[in-house]
Amino acid sequence: MSSLLTRVRPRKAGRPHRNMTLTRADDLRVLRGPWRKAFAVLLLVTYLVVPLQFTDATLGVWILVASYSIGAIGLNLLIGYTGQVSIGHAAFVAVGAFTVSALGDQRGWPFLSYLAAAIVFGLLVGFLIGPFALRLRGNYLAIVTIGLVFVAEHVLRNWKDVSTPVRGTAPTRGANISIGPLDFKAGLDLGGTVYTREQSLFWLTWALVALAALLAHNIARSRSGRAMQAVRDHDLSAEVIGVDPVRTKIGVFAVSSAMAAAGGVVYAMTLGAVDYHELTGGRGLFMSITFLAIVILGGLGTVYGSILGAILVVYSQRFIADHGADTPIIGFPVQQEWMSTGELNSVLFGLLIIVFLLLEPRGLAALWMRVRRWFESWPFSY
Amino acid sequence: MISSDALIETIFSGFAVGAKYALIALGFVIVFKATKVLNFAQASFVLLGGFFCWQLAASWGLNFYLALVLSMIGGALLGVLIEQTLLRRLLGEPPFALIMLTVGILYVLDNLTTAIWGPENRDLRDPWGSRTLDLGGVNLAVADIWTICFAAVALVAFYLFFRYTSIGLSMRVAADDHEAAVAVGINARTVHRVSWALAGALGALTGVMLASGAGSVGPGLGLIALVAFPAMILGGLESPLGAVIGGLTIGMAQQLTALLQPEYAPWLGTGFDRVAPYVIMVAILLIRPYGLFGEREVRRI
Repeated sequence: MSSLLTRVRPRKAGRPHRNMTLTRADDLRVLRGPWRKAFAVLLLVTYLVVPLQFTDATLGVWILVASYSIGAIGLNLLIGYTGQVSIGHAAFVAVGAFTVSALGDQRGWPFLSYLAAAIVFGLLVGFLIGPFALRLRGNYLAIVTIGLVFVAEHVLRNWKDVSTPVRGTAPTRGANISIGPLDFKAGLDLGGTVYTREQSLFWLTWALVALAALLAHNIARSRSGRAMQAVRDHDLSAEVIGVDPVRTKIGVFAVSSAMAAAGGVVYAMTLGAVDYHELTGGRGLFMSITFLAIVILGGLGTVYGSILGAILVVYSQRFIADHGADTPIIGFPVQQEWMSTGELNSVLFGLLIIVFLLLEPRGLAALWMRVRRWFESWPFSY
Repeated sequence: MISSDALIETIFSGFAVGAKYALIALGFVIVFKATKVLNFAQASFVLLGGFFCWQLAASWGLNFYLALVLSMIGGALLGVLIEQTLLRRLLGEPPFALIMLTVGILYVLDNLTTAIWGPENRDLRDPWGSRTLDLGGVNLAVADIWTICFAAVALVAFYLFFRYTSIGLSMRVAADDHEAAVAVGINARTVHRVSWALAGALGALTGVMLASGAGSVGPGLGLIALVAFPAMILGGLESPLGAVIGGLTIGMAQQLTALLQPEYAPWLGTGFDRVAPYVIMVAILLIRPYGLFGEREVRRI
């Protein structure tokens, strides 16, 4: 749109409004305008300061949020940008988590190697699943991907060398987490100050989230991203104007599942051992649904929406699990032994989804967009 | 070697399992056809139907058949309530939001059910129990026979309802072309309400059927309903006939795999019968991407 406009400067005094984009390059800039730069600096400061301010238990939840964020960003590329619904995302998370156990813990690979291996495995599985999207559309594709979590359960149940190698569990606590001299697992030692494991992992995992977000943002604003959005809006028309559907759909499945696998690596960091019952089968279906909830409540087709959604969903779930019995209002039914914390958690999760969708069906991102519009058009905000 | 008696018994129980899947799939299809919503909450109707019937029949000592009818009415009322209070407000929003809304309802209803009745499995105390009918070496479960009868009656009733009643006609018209239906004066709200009521009643019936015989009433009932997804999609999302045929195919395939696969194809691993429905679903959908009887979408550029 804006590429059509030529650079015309007003002759007399005065500059165009800071939000006015004149060239395509302006449109594509990541940090456009002073507010966004300031916001980026604020985020960076928050990132550095948060681990110093919170307890290790809280930071543990934030590391879990990071793992869900990475997976959700991948799922958003698939659903929000390309319009291909998948309810089998947990199966790809399992690929990453079990790679940590098999390569990182059992074979003692260094962190970057098994992370890369997990990403490659994710890519490969995505390549295998991608072709289904060429043949199936919409709801049919969604139901077929439900099958993924059950097939993954079957594979893991029978592939005991990977799923339960040590006394019936797949341990991940032995996996090394260090990059060069920085050992995140033992806790960072920076200039004599020793930080705890959770503090170090917070910095590592949220750096990975930032990388994933930047990658997704770059994919979305490049040629492939425009191809993806064209496929989402109308895949037949996209094909007519020269978008290759094979390349686009298989490619996005591969990238999305690779991100899920990376999320699975981070997920495995939060646990001492991974259990295939949690990640595949019936519970895996619920985990996939949690991912779907994150992406939809966060906002389809926005990268930051996935992160906001992960914070909302995971944090509220953990908050209820930890504090469900203390607070006077929520605690009432738990103390009456009428409802267990897990059930209360699920009921509140369901209510959260329902109430949120009734109030804002387009998610947190739309809410934020509304706030931003109001400020951007100030003082004529009507 | 597998005896022919065992084979006949398996085919019969496959037929019964298939009938249950067909009922669940029919519930999904009715709502999808009328409202284009993939209704995850169907699983809660199944679960709650089982528990309603247990409460009425086993706990309060009502006649079992009366309890069955009352729980179907309860399921229908619940369906209408959900449609009226929640789904209606989101009409016209993106389909993802609607699907997610039904997932939210599923979470709330499933866990409230467990909170009210507790997590343990319990006996429905249906009149059939685990009795079997002996036909010269072949033992058929009485509950299975009744399940097949009930399913057949329900399916015929549905056929007659859609074919010969005016509300059935308007539901078919609305499913065919929603705008044209509204233009000729069909009340879309009534259509939505009736389809949710039917789905709720069918779900409750399925729940009771699943819990009767060798089954039991417990939180696991809802998960069985989610496993019936392949049955629905196999026949095609818009086709009630497809739901029935898909259900029977999947049920039969699952029971036969459970019997034959350990004997003839042990290399497929243990518990293959649980993934067999999905494998069959994928194989059929790759050949016919809109299911066996689904409507091929006509697309314009």
